[in-house]
Amino acid sequence: MASLKDLRNRIASVKATQKITKAMQMVAAAKLRRAQEAAEAARPYSERMAVVLANIADAVSGTDAPPLMTGTGKDDVHLLVVCTAERGLCGSFNSQIARLARDHTRKLLSAGKTVKIICVGKKGYDILRRDYANLIVERVDLREAKQIGFTHADGIAKKVIGLFDAGEFDVCTLFYSQFKSVISQIPTAQQLIPAKPATDAEAETVSNGGGVYDYEPDAGELLSDLIPRNIAVQVFSALLENAAGEMGAKMSAMDNATRNAGDMINKLTITYNRQRQAQITKELIEIISGAEAL
Amino acid sequence: MAESFKFELVSPERLLVSEDVESVVVPGAEGEMTVMAKHAPVMTTVQPGVVTVKTAAGKADRYVVFGGFADILPEGCTLLAESATHVDDIDRDGLARRIQNAREDVSDAKDEEARTKAEAYLAQLTTLERAILPA
Repeated sequence: MASLKDLRNRIASVKATQKITKAMQMVAAAKLRRAQEAAEAARPYSERMAVVLANIADAVSGTDAPPLMTGTGKDDVHLLVVCTAERGLCGSFNSQIARLARDHTRKLLSAGKTVKIICVGKKGYDILRRDYANLIVERVDLREAKQIGFTHADGIAKKVIGLFDAGEFDVCTLFYSQFKSVISQIPTAQQLIPAKPATDAEAETVSNGGGVYDYEPDAGELLSDLIPRNIAVQVFSALLENAAGEMGAKMSAMDNATRNAGDMINKLTITYNRQRQAQITKELIEIISGAEAL
Repeated sequence: MAESFKFELVSPERLLVSEDVESVVVPGAEGEMTVMAKHAPVMTTVQPGVVTVKTAAGKADRYVVFGGFADILPEGCTLLAESATHVDDIDRDGLARRIQNAREDVSDAKDEEARTKAEAYLAQLTTLERAILPA
């Protein structure tokens, strides 16, 4: 049985932990707001991009579409871009993304395909390294980046496109976590290359004023300029969603931790009081029985 | 007074401008073009340069954009820029860094095609620098 002093120390230490988790929760809440704003601010761009791309893809019908759109015609080598957070302490956020990527990898490997992995974020690398260290071709570290900028996404996109141009892979899939709400982030796999054309529903909302577009330079060239940009935009919005999701997950994880610490303090306090009472009773009995003996 | 139309300047980070304007000068792939209301539908890539916006209220604003493309319709114009800043907030060091990078690209270029591309980009950047520095 722990002594009273031990119990007191335990309570003090749990209280200190609770203070830390509470502070982390509040920091995460503040950062979440900022991340959400950033994600929201980026939305108009990617929406417009989708509209324009759908428009132009209609004009360039198949014949001279750039290879980034049509793919190489094979699907032997798959490239997985796995985006995770740089830090832990955010519940199952990172492991969920990593699990999705791992399942995907296993499926592809058992189908006899070759898999290459690019890890964005330290945590995903740490998890995937255990099973597939030999498949990881690159890792991108964004730890220094306070606020994720478009340049980061552009860098990743350039790397991917460079690999594609070098014929290193046929299909590229992006893994990230979609931010649904503070308590729910959905790990998602999204195909980047070959680019999937926008769905018809989206394309229909586009009104081009009844006119036919003039393209400067011609449509094919424009499209081959647009698609790399679109890939960068998709990576960018994935990173932003991830950032918001990470903060959301961290907030709820820290909220849980704070609550657990509270429960623990309550339990420990009860044990402490009970033991203190027991000791007092014991001392009283000793005094009384001593007096009676006289 | 000329008719006004809707102009939007969007960068990946945020929506910079969304208002009614009289005319916009866009540094298009094949030279600068002034867009006014009821322009024929054009889609063009945008080179690094200065976008001059004349609002319906008669105010003139200048923005520096680094690449992107413009979607021009009779009833509006959307400019998706890779990066855009108001000319007053331009980060001169950032621009100098870009030029430095472009120079390195030129010297690192592996084949003729890449070199031509990098040189063209560098030329655009230096023109841009000259255009905004006295401002």
